[in-house]
Amino acid sequence: MTFVIRRLVLLIPVAIGVTIIVFFMIHLIPGDPARTILGIHATPKAIAILHQEWGLNRPLAGQYWLFLDRLLHGNLGTSLFYGTSAASLIAGRLAPTIWLIVYAAVLAIAVSVPLAMIAASRKDGIRDQLVRAVPLFGLGMPPFWVGLLLQYGLALSLHAFPVTGYGTGVFGHLHSMFLPSLTVAIGLSPVVIRSLRASMLNVLGADYITTARSKGVPNHRLFFRHVLRNAVIPAVTVLGINIGFLIGSTLIVENVFAIPGIGSLMIQSIFDRDFPVVQGVTLVFGIMVVLVNLLTDVTYASLDPRVRFDR
Amino acid sequence: MSAASLVTVAPERAQARKAGWYRQPALLAGLILLAVILFMVIAAPLLTSYNPISQDLNATLSGPSAHHLLGTDQLGRDTWSRLLYGGRVDLQVAFIAVLFPFVLGTVLGSVAGYFGGWVDLIIMRVVDIVVAFPFYVLIIALVFVLGPGERSIYIAITVVGWVSYARIIRGEILVAKRQEYVLAAQSGGLSNLRIMGRHLLPNVITQAIIYAMSDIVQDILAIVTLSYLGLGIQPPTPDWGSMIANGQNFLTTHWQLTTLPGLAVVVTGLALSLIGDGLADLLRPGQS
Repeated sequence: MTFVIRRLVLLIPVAIGVTIIVFFMIHLIPGDPARTILGIHATPKAIAILHQEWGLNRPLAGQYWLFLDRLLHGNLGTSLFYGTSAASLIAGRLAPTIWLIVYAAVLAIAVSVPLAMIAASRKDGIRDQLVRAVPLFGLGMPPFWVGLLLQYGLALSLHAFPVTGYGTGVFGHLHSMFLPSLTVAIGLSPVVIRSLRASMLNVLGADYITTARSKGVPNHRLFFRHVLRNAVIPAVTVLGINIGFLIGSTLIVENVFAIPGIGSLMIQSIFDRDFPVVQGVTLVFGIMVVLVNLLTDVTYASLDPRVRFDR
Repeated sequence: MSAASLVTVAPERAQARKAGWYRQPALLAGLILLAVILFMVIAAPLLTSYNPISQDLNATLSGPSAHHLLGTDQLGRDTWSRLLYGGRVDLQVAFIAVLFPFVLGTVLGSVAGYFGGWVDLIIMRVVDIVVAFPFYVLIIALVFVLGPGERSIYIAITVVGWVSYARIIRGEILVAKRQEYVLAAQSGGLSNLRIMGRHLLPNVITQAIIYAMSDIVQDILAIVTLSYLGLGIQPPTPDWGSMIANGQNFLTTHWQLTTLPGLAVVVTGLALSLIGDGLADLLRPGQS
């Protein structure tokens, strides 16, 4: 329990830092932010209203305080394009993004575990060499390009999956979101395969495996009961560490597959020059990563007691 | 080990490195591949006679032919020519973009690791905060507020990218600064700047260089992604990302328009990954 509390306390400066970065986005806009955002045809009155709303006529510390105060009340400002609250716009599109993240994480594990097992079963064999070549190609693949190829091959040519969209109902989501999730998973799997293979080889060299072998435990049983169980925890940790990458690529992939999540909302808002929404989505993405990291740490600590005493 | 044997060991190791680099198949393959790619994009004017932005509306969406090696796009622009000139732009931006975070991260990481205390605390808290944002989210948000274009790409990649170098270098410095040669330099009264620059950095920089290889791949992906979304390299300048974006409307009829620029990215990534792996094997044997 003290571990969780300590971890939460460490979170506070990071959370404050995240809000400071998001707050400062507005001051990176060249010139008068209100004028730049509204464009050359903006009336002085519209500009004055934005100045008032964003508190731009106050000193910097006052502006940040206003931002933070609103934030703590769940107010992310008003969308310039829709005229509604940015927070409710974002909340309404959160579900597809979370679906995509979880589905992609599951698929990444489903793709990586068998490949890592094949590679680790005979180190330096031909199959190991082949699996080890996967990251060399995989790391350089643009996620949106992989998405387009899957769209072409499996949706447009074979009609096995819908080309775009989120689907309705749980099975509809599972069907419609398969290709986008697979796209994200393919981007993530090189890293997971690499670390899973390394941790499996590590486990295979442990004394308890030698003991199990000498007791005559059959190979498949050895792999599933002894190796996989111990090797999968580090893989989940790697997944947790790469959550930033995972969430970041959903942003791109949502746009390829027209999924109504916060990633496509962000890109759409960029083209609408809807600053409050872009700012809000950036903040939500940052908070997501911080929370998932916390969750990974706590889960890991509950699985492996050594972690709790280590720090 | 006596002082004399230490002296003889050092040149032997250097010789082994010198003799060994071409025996690393990964490194060699990567270097050759990268050299071919760089030659092709630099010598683009010799390899194609078409201007990458000149349109020929009489020859739109034509397939590969003797005139157009890889066909043309919807505006009749030669795909082979755009592939070469696009690579020129993307690779140039990526290779320049990797330098800023490399330098900034190395400097801040060295300072944090060497001095420790509150300097370290502050720098590493900032690292934690930047890492809290997904890579693409922060880059896209920054390019949005700064406005599209190369300058914004450089700034965004620097702001997001330096943290990895700072973490790597800090970790290395924390170990290296306890070594005897550093203690000797300190007791010799050398300035901190000199110890960091002349004694520590040459010993810790290899890790950052190895990481830089995969970082360039990530930067190329970021640039191509920004351009795909319309936020990076602005038309009419050719670029692999905007080529993919333009081609996706013709995916069912002219798949090559989307596939080829993507393949170019993958092959470039492959070359750099091979170099990175090869360098890692060469510079820290036994660790891979």
